[in-house]
Amino acid sequence: MLFLIIKRILLGLITLFIVSLITFVGTEILPGDACTTYLERQAFGEQLEACYRRLGLNVPAYERYVSWAVNAIQGDFGYSLSGEMPIKEVLGPRIKNSLVLASAAIFIGIPIALILGIVTALWRDKLPDVAISTVTIFAMTIPEFISATLLILIIAIWLEWLPGIVIVPTDVSFFELLPNIILPVIAIAMIMTAHMARMVRSSVIQVMASEYVQMAILKGVPYWKMVFKHVLPNALLPAINVVALTIAWLLGGVVVTEVVFNYPGLGRLVIESISNRDLPTVQALAIILASIYVSINLLADLMTLMLNPRLKTLQIRK
Amino acid sequence: MTEIIQKVKNLSIGFKSKKGEEILILRNISTNIKKGETVGIVGESGSGKSTLALAMMGYVKHGLYTIGGECEFNSSNLLKMKNRDLEKIRGRKIAMIPQNAGQALTPNLKIGYQIDEALQLHSDLKEEEREQKISELLNKVRLPSPETIALRYPHELSGGQQQRVAVAMALAGTPDLLLLDEPTTGLDVTTQAHVLELLNFIAKDTGTSMVYVSHDLGAIAQVSDRIIVMYSGEIVLEGPSRDILKKPIHPYTYGLLKSIPKLSLAGLPQSMPGSQPQPGTMHRGCSFFDRCDFSEEKCKSNSPQLEYLEELNTSVRCFNHKSLMNDSQVNQTVNKIKTSLQDKEILNISEVSISYAKQNLLDQVLNRISDDNPTVKDININIKKGETIALVGESGSGKSTILKSIAGLLRTKGGVIKFDQKRNLSSDLKERDPNDLRIIQLIFQNPDESLNPNHTVEEIIAQPLKLYFGLKGEELKKNIKELLQKVRLGEFYMSRYPRQLSGGEKQRVAVARAFAAKPDIILCDEVTSALDVSVQAAVLNLLQQLKEDFGTTYIFVSHDLAVVRAISDRVAVLYQGRLCEVGPSKDVYQFPSHPYTEVLLGAVLEPDPDIKPKLVAEDIVEEKPPQKGCSFQGRCSRILGDICKNEIPPWQITNSGNSIRCHIPLKELQKDQIN
Repeated sequence: MLFLIIKRILLGLITLFIVSLITFVGTEILPGDACTTYLERQAFGEQLEACYRRLGLNVPAYERYVSWAVNAIQGDFGYSLSGEMPIKEVLGPRIKNSLVLASAAIFIGIPIALILGIVTALWRDKLPDVAISTVTIFAMTIPEFISATLLILIIAIWLEWLPGIVIVPTDVSFFELLPNIILPVIAIAMIMTAHMARMVRSSVIQVMASEYVQMAILKGVPYWKMVFKHVLPNALLPAINVVALTIAWLLGGVVVTEVVFNYPGLGRLVIESISNRDLPTVQALAIILASIYVSINLLADLMTLMLNPRLKTLQIRK
Repeated sequence: MTEIIQKVKNLSIGFKSKKGEEILILRNISTNIKKGETVGIVGESGSGKSTLALAMMGYVKHGLYTIGGECEFNSSNLLKMKNRDLEKIRGRKIAMIPQNAGQALTPNLKIGYQIDEALQLHSDLKEEEREQKISELLNKVRLPSPETIALRYPHELSGGQQQRVAVAMALAGTPDLLLLDEPTTGLDVTTQAHVLELLNFIAKDTGTSMVYVSHDLGAIAQVSDRIIVMYSGEIVLEGPSRDILKKPIHPYTYGLLKSIPKLSLAGLPQSMPGSQPQPGTMHRGCSFFDRCDFSEEKCKSNSPQLEYLEELNTSVRCFNHKSLMNDSQVNQTVNKIKTSLQDKEILNISEVSISYAKQNLLDQVLNRISDDNPTVKDININIKKGETIALVGESGSGKSTILKSIAGLLRTKGGVIKFDQKRNLSSDLKERDPNDLRIIQLIFQNPDESLNPNHTVEEIIAQPLKLYFGLKGEELKKNIKELLQKVRLGEFYMSRYPRQLSGGEKQRVAVARAFAAKPDIILCDEVTSALDVSVQAAVLNLLQQLKEDFGTTYIFVSHDLAVVRAISDRVAVLYQGRLCEVGPSKDVYQFPSHPYTEVLLGAVLEPDPDIKPKLVAEDIVEEKPPQKGCSFQGRCSRILGDICKNEIPPWQITNSGNSIRCHIPLKELQKDQIN
């Protein structure tokens, strides 16, 4: 068991290393570099040399990678080009804001998804299932930028209930942020919730058709006891991994939604720094997003391992 | 008259087809289950026997519905009852023992909890009393150390143990009626015999009525007082079990009994042509008409009614039962097998050992397998051209492992496999040349899984023809047609998909695919165990016919000793990956035998109430072969002592050329075994 956890963590670290290499090589291959972007038309002769020296771009690429990696591990991603401020400081509040957004979406979305999935499965082919399933399929197919725009149009512009665009400074406090995040959260949670609800539904239906559920019925176990004791634990276990994948996939949704709502989070930073050719920031963001992705999947794997008695004992025996 | 506890009256169950037609799975079934009796319901897959058993609990599967009739228990109709009331009957008055206990136990709940749940629902016992009761129940089904078993999860038990837990769970509610849906199918022969013996004991001990559903007449014969034979959703014969097994007066039962291979008879049983009509096929007249040897003109258009014969206490659905009554003593005739044995040895297996152990890094670098106690060890068999050799043993005996190695799917750890004296096949699949691959073909147990569901029959058979012989166009078509003809399938099958075929037809396609490669050796891995008995006989006959035509050599793996007896020239008995006995099949089936062969032979269930299984050894599951000494030492009832534990037994050869690997001298073995 312990060996397995260590193995998973090591694999995750290797993934991160490869991601960092790819982004580094990618930025090297692109024509132009930080100095040419920064100096624009003055990018020649003495000034360019000075810039290279100042930013340390005059040493070979592998040396720069090593020193960057060593610093990155310590949490120092160097300086952002556009603002000339440490990337660490740029990222800090952005991460917090995105985290607020994503976790709100997750904490609202997962319970709703579970309830919808279970309800639709238990009332399979009956009215609640048909109604909810139609809505979820609809919600799944609309991309975030459309649903977000529609939300702004209807709720912010026509009804004027909530602000449509987030105009707050990046380092705003949590409570000031709150009314601003309602619409973005709905936009993000919609697809994710619909997706998870579908997964939970099919998983529950599959378990309901299993021989052990039939056996529980024939044993005289009352319906709701059967659902909670025999069906749900077995149906939700495989759903954990799906949920993790959906959360990881949500990262992409966050980027789009943040841009639509002008929300000061990581997602908007990604778009901003790419269009500004702020390569050090892009690099840092790639690593951070990759680590989130890897750690969510790692967490899901470990949870499945902990909760599934079958896997647990198998590991002990080996 | 004894009390009737379950009354099934004119029961019809079916489903609506896509066109809105009503399709019947059960047609007008009426029968009574009396207190204390065991009723066997027998029939092939699709005969509706499981649907009937479930209906007796008021349970109708998703998609099916009751069309008419009732299942009366305590004078109330279970099929009309509310779920809340059914919960009080299920598990308490009527309990079910499922077919596959491994699937029927909830995976995330401990054994103890699952039994406790039944006790909580159906008894007023307090917690400590329940705990004691759980131990009692587990003891009753003869599980070792109940306290530790109760704390385990279902997957931590063996198949036989899981089945016993299911029995214990059913007994928890002290039901009046036990329904058993194929409770021993899928268990090893020895385990099956033990579970049946346990069920018999429980029936006598508690006076519970039982309904035993099975396709296996052998198992039914051991437990039931009365037998109901079902065909295509109808009862065709119902009566006292001895009469039905000894003097069946319905042609279907008669044919069924003749198609079962028997231990006492060498040679292939007669097969019944055709297959059961699909539910929903329109038929006037008798549903068995086109497979019946006794049919007349009137059977074609008039369907016979179930007729009760007072003097025999039997109901039968046949116009001609009188003529069968006079001469229906089942005189089984078998098609003697011709052996086309040649002196040339085609496959030499010498000193082969196979290991599933994981290689560590050093071994991987050195490309070797180090395991001092491999799964399969010391296998020496020389196979002659045209021979059918059978490998028998329980699950875990290594028989399929050896097949995999011969096929090249598994690398051997040591030893040599040689084809035709010269070509070395010990290597991996990747290192074999196409011709080496062609000469050995496999037929698998389950044609549902071995045939690609997205290919037509034509594509399936064309594959080896294209691969090995590069056939194209007209010639390819011609060859496919010839092969289909050989396996007795019409040309029109070419465009069909596997899902449009019956089990027997699918297996014929698999046979045709194997023969398409013109192989020298065909490996048959439990090829008939997924098939119904009547179909099994047909496939066995087909394999024999093809062998005579092509001079192919078969290596036949099976757990069913009667099937092996029917088809093979020579038998090798394996236990824990070690050979116990090798010899001509007529001698292996006679004493003296290796003690393990004796156990296997004793556990075979014959469709005859007078032949009871002999349980010689306990059915313990051993995880690993012993490090030293005889492989069978852990279960042997004739164990001599230290010599068996420390020394590998020598090969002893009987007068008839049978080799037995045992420390006990042959004379003593013979003396003990005959008594």
